[in-house]
Amino acid sequence: MMLHEGEWWTLLAAVLCGIACAVPGCFLVLRKMSMLGDAISHAILPGLAAAFLLTGTRDLLPMLIGAGIAGLATAVLSAWITRMGNVPEDAAMGVVFSTLFALGVIMISLAARNVDLDPGCVLYGEIAMTPFTRVELFGASIPRAVIILGSAAIINSMLAAVFFKELKLASFDGALATSLGFSAALIHYCLMGVVASTTVVSFESVGSVLVVAMLIGPAASAHMLTDRLSRMLWLSVILAALAAGAGYLAALYWNVAAAGMMSVAVGVEFALCVFLAPREGVVAKLVRRLRLSQRIAREDALGMLFRSGEVRPGSALPAGTVRGGIGGGLRARLAVWGLSRSKRVSSHADGMRLTAAGESDARKLVRSHRLWESFLAKYLGLPIDHVHEPSERMEHYITPELREGINAELRTGLDPQGKRIPEEGE
Amino acid sequence: MTVAQATETAVEVHDVTVAYHRKPVLWDVDVLLPAGHLIAIVGPNGAGKSTLLKAILGLVPLASGKVEIFGRPLRKARSLVGYVPQRESVDWDFPIDALGVALMGRYGRLGWVRRPGKADREAALTSLAKVGMADYADRQISRLSGGQQQRVFLARALAQDATLYLMDEPFAGVDAATERAIVDVLRELREQGKTVIAVHHDLQTVPEYFDHVMLLNMRLVASGAVQDVFTRENLHKTYGGRLTVLEEAAEALRRV
Repeated sequence: MMLHEGEWWTLLAAVLCGIACAVPGCFLVLRKMSMLGDAISHAILPGLAAAFLLTGTRDLLPMLIGAGIAGLATAVLSAWITRMGNVPEDAAMGVVFSTLFALGVIMISLAARNVDLDPGCVLYGEIAMTPFTRVELFGASIPRAVIILGSAAIINSMLAAVFFKELKLASFDGALATSLGFSAALIHYCLMGVVASTTVVSFESVGSVLVVAMLIGPAASAHMLTDRLSRMLWLSVILAALAAGAGYLAALYWNVAAAGMMSVAVGVEFALCVFLAPREGVVAKLVRRLRLSQRIAREDALGMLFRSGEVRPGSALPAGTVRGGIGGGLRARLAVWGLSRSKRVSSHADGMRLTAAGESDARKLVRSHRLWESFLAKYLGLPIDHVHEPSERMEHYITPELREGINAELRTGLDPQGKRIPEEGE
Repeated sequence: MTVAQATETAVEVHDVTVAYHRKPVLWDVDVLLPAGHLIAIVGPNGAGKSTLLKAILGLVPLASGKVEIFGRPLRKARSLVGYVPQRESVDWDFPIDALGVALMGRYGRLGWVRRPGKADREAALTSLAKVGMADYADRQISRLSGGQQQRVFLARALAQDATLYLMDEPFAGVDAATERAIVDVLRELREQGKTVIAVHHDLQTVPEYFDHVMLLNMRLVASGAVQDVFTRENLHKTYGGRLTVLEEAAEALRRV
């Protein structure tokens, strides 16, 4: 796919829009105010319409002022209604922003009768129009949207860099921020102002409805990928640029709405993060659970062989018996295979035996099991026939320190059934 | 004002009333809290203990009265005050490590825009070490146990190097090791002449951990040295139900 000059500019505008939105978006996500971002991005509409009706132009400054006032009005009004009217905060916000948004729609449809303002353009944006409105800058003819979105991206990034410490503090612990002299309320309203103005400069490209995807999506994805704030900011910027760029190119390729495709790309990115995030992702959790299940199966097999050796020293157990004893199936097969691969068990003509390494592991496990049984019997007063099953579960989680802690507490060589508690290094 | 004299007043709460939605939760609390002591605020649930701390910190508006810290209004005494909020008040999934949280204690002295430097980092690390958390400095805070999180909060307050510490239930839901660590830190602070005011829930440990106690139940019941004030009679007054007159008066104000 070859891009011509205008499409390159549009691609750049999309990427810059993503970056400008991602930075304040991170703080919205961390402060659990994603919905306030959504509310503000909708509620600025009457501000935009009023600015347009009053000045008759789509110049940036009046639009910014109008939107700023409407955005702050949303934040202040919903807080005020919550307090005064005894209404839940989300309900107040829902009513305020949808009413303001509807007011905006009416104002625009009124205005559209005699002037050039397309309601659809305001709602969904028209990024494809980027190359057609140009200004001269440094002797080059550059699309207005690129300059505006570029400035927003730079200003937002610089604000985040300069006030990084304050934003971090107020987002994490507003009460401490206020008590240290950094007014959390001031920082909150400044952030809302930034969100409102970012929404204004983005609405021509992605529209006031979909801008929230750009604000929240990349930030929420980045939050899943890292546990450091600075890295989260960087990642959200990269993810936003990628989604915006890829979304625009996909829209060109399939000839569909650019803003829609960009938002879908953000959603796809988010879904990927939900699945693939390193610690909290679905795949990572699944792998962890499978690993744990395998470890438990292997340990159960070791324990079984050890106990059988206690009853009949030197004897072997048929592989089928071992697999059946730990539940059978693929899980048991894998576990037994893992044990022989790590040389914990050896196969002989009459069955499986523990190797020296396997014996040592098994000894620790059985020691944990019987110590726990003794602990339950002595401290929780469980009857003897009740202690085996909980110990069967618990034995896999007892660390060496805990094991010796229990041992020091109990000072016994026998478990409640009178079986010997094996020492660790015999 | 590093070493406080025994007679000096750390906090003067002068006739303070605090109301939420016009309904008072603290009525005309008037008390002098002496410097250089470990002071427990004790009272039943809903007695306004946390609210009193927040009122001292200027985090809630006062319906009436005023608060002075070492004879100055809060505005001019911020650098003297360290705050340990309740553990549940923040989001522990926030992308930050233990050192990052402790470092926040230094932000007040840095002021706007200036970044923490090497000295601040060292001070934060020293504070973490004091509460036995040096080994966890780069651990993401959601992966700490509840007691460890509480200790990180304490380290953050220590990094502030304040003169007066306000702590909201520092012992709530912590393990035995953390409880000992906090007690050690409190005693060390007292030896340095600092003042600690802590909301405390466990009546049994009040005489052991604190030397001054303030009994609160929507109004001040008593305040003074533990051996004088922490009596069966005063406790009965504090816990023996709220004053129905106050409750009805609060309802009457809310209804208007």
